Amino acid sequence: MKVTFPHMGHLWLVLKVVLEGIGLEVVVPPPCTRRTLELGVRHAPESACLPLKVNLGNFLEAKEQGADTIVMAGGVGPCRIGYYAQVQQEILRDINCDYEMVVFEPPDAHFSEVRDKVKYLNRRPWQEGVHGVILGWQKACAVDDLEQEVQRLRPREASPGQADAVFQQALAALDSAANRKAIKRAVKETKATLAAIPRQADAPLLRVGIVGEIYTVLEPLVNLNIEKRLGSLGVEVVRGLFLSRWINDNLFKGLLPLPGHHPEKTAPPFLNHFVGGHGWESVGDTVAFARQGYDGVIQLAPLTCMPEIVAHSVMPAVQRAQGIPVMTIYLDEQTGEAGLQTRLEAFVDMLHWQKRKRAI
Amino acid sequence: MRVVKNKKWRLGVPRALFYYYYGPWWEAFFQTLGVEVVVSPPTGKEIMDVGVSLAVAEACLPVKVYYGHAAWLAPQVDALLVPRLVSVEKKGFICPKLMGLPDMLRAALKPCPPIIDTTVNLARQPEKGLAAAVQGMAGAIGVKGRVVEQAVAAATNRYRSWNDWQQGYNLDAAAGGDDRPAARVDTSSSGEAPGSSAGKIAPTLPGSSGGQPGGESSPLVGVIGHSYLIDDRYLGMDIPAKIARLGGKVILPENLVAAQMETACRQLPKRIYWTLGWKIMGAALHLMEQEEVAGLIHLTAFGCGPDSLVGDLAERYARRRGKPFLLVTLDEHSGTAGLDTRLEAFMDMLRRRRPA
Repeated sequence: MKVTFPHMGHLWLVLKVVLEGIGLEVVVPPPCTRRTLELGVRHAPESACLPLKVNLGNFLEAKEQGADTIVMAGGVGPCRIGYYAQVQQEILRDINCDYEMVVFEPPDAHFSEVRDKVKYLNRRPWQEGVHGVILGWQKACAVDDLEQEVQRLRPREASPGQADAVFQQALAALDSAANRKAIKRAVKETKATLAAIPRQADAPLLRVGIVGEIYTVLEPLVNLNIEKRLGSLGVEVVRGLFLSRWINDNLFKGLLPLPGHHPEKTAPPFLNHFVGGHGWESVGDTVAFARQGYDGVIQLAPLTCMPEIVAHSVMPAVQRAQGIPVMTIYLDEQTGEAGLQTRLEAFVDMLHWQKRKRAI
Repeated sequence: MRVVKNKKWRLGVPRALFYYYYGPWWEAFFQTLGVEVVVSPPTGKEIMDVGVSLAVAEACLPVKVYYGHAAWLAPQVDALLVPRLVSVEKKGFICPKLMGLPDMLRAALKPCPPIIDTTVNLARQPEKGLAAAVQGMAGAIGVKGRVVEQAVAAATNRYRSWNDWQQGYNLDAAAGGDDRPAARVDTSSSGEAPGSSAGKIAPTLPGSSGGQPGGESSPLVGVIGHSYLIDDRYLGMDIPAKIARLGGKVILPENLVAAQMETACRQLPKRIYWTLGWKIMGAALHLMEQEEVAGLIHLTAFGCGPDSLVGDLAERYARRRGKPFLLVTLDEHSGTAGLDTRLEAFMDMLRRRRPA
């Protein structure tokens, strides 16, 4: 059995070590590229949301490398992700791409459904599996830690791109780290390298929060590297969503005492109810960013994403009440780099202008 | 919202989205509680244009139309009824947009009348959820006690007879009688009952057509999709009537009983957790297995999340069974001529496939 899984940002680092921990041979799908997207778009329903298409592309590319089993997460609504696996399975069947699918989702009747799936996949004593999970978790935290460092550094570095180059090396180091010590060493060394990168003399910086649907926020292919683009425009980017937090909220059911999301505290009166996906968090995080004095917020979502459309619909009220500019960007396979760049530049110009006006 | 007791309320109910599923229930409930219920007129160009201008561009067309109806009602009512429909059955959801609809309207309507946004969530404990929703709605207009129970009874009655009337043809076929429950439905109080426009086209169940031999000249077409698309004659472009005009017979999801859809859905690998998506898939699967049904038309709105997956699956299943399947996607730019041509071509194709 050669297992693969869908990409979402740096999630592969975590899944790889977890699945290897239970003794499986893992095929990490090739990094998302335009080709991945094109493969997915060719076979997926036209109006399905973007993650489904990209994931399908991941599966097709992993197939070329010999994968025969897909491990993925499901759900029980109301967001579409819960039915991805079933649709993708039918698509793969229709194009004669033979795959077995193991879908982890909240059990319908009994917890044994989940246990049986783990048992089916497991090849090793359970202690090793637990070790893999812990290692995966530590890698997730390490990636998030380093990425935040890079986000801070991008608008400040003297020659753009240096921080990202270091980060790429760090990813490779984290991938090969086999124990906690190695992870810690990689983080420490990377931080030292990042600290040594020459900075430019102080330029006026903007702080922009990024909210939205998790996949478009975390996957650089579909958001066209928006964080890097903003960084080179002199914007410090802060995200509401992180891999480790997502794992804690969704897979560990908020078991670990991490600073989580509390949209029930910040989103009302603008949005008073959970709406699936990350819609509630998007609104809540926007309010939180406004209160913390951020200059603006960018909301990212795949086109036709239902929860984010709800969030987008109430954003005008948030903007009026909190006085924070919000720009919503819908992403799909048609999104062009030039168009996005223009919108970002215009938004950043507007933020600078507003900041100057406020300072006077 | 501030509760004013003993007030004669004028309550606005937009004729869109779930009005086409629960309209009779809402009307009977609030009328029994002494509320004047104002239902917006059937969708027209003006209402749609207003809705399109108010809503975000990415919202689906039915939601935009809902905005239009709400905006039409806003200046003339004391409050709007926009329940937050999270779930209407165990382990089933409606759609994220319906969960956020009251908040979306508040952000868009200026000025916005008070909104009765009672949460309806039956996902975990159906009985408790329903009771809470009823109490919430009655409480919002300052009513409680026995009269609420009476209102629920009246609403349930009206809803049942309306439902029976929709499925009438099935019951007829089973009982062999000609007594349409439609006659029992009192629609005079609120003007036109929802769904009555669809009822004008006689749906014909396979096997129940009796004396009419053969379907060669008038193929039976299953039109599947949300009721708020099919039954809204302007928004849904009146496809059932168009099919009838082209000499076809139409069968709608409302004409099926839940058991038929339930049985059909059992072949799915996983339960569809959208109540309406489940209904559509059930109807599609049931109809595509009927010999008499010549083809299926799936009516959907651009940007409908559940439909994008459910519809695609339905189309795949239909293709595997060799059943013709036409996908019609509506948006605010839909032109009649283009649709007419597609429907004509589809009907021609159905006739050609079934040589006399």
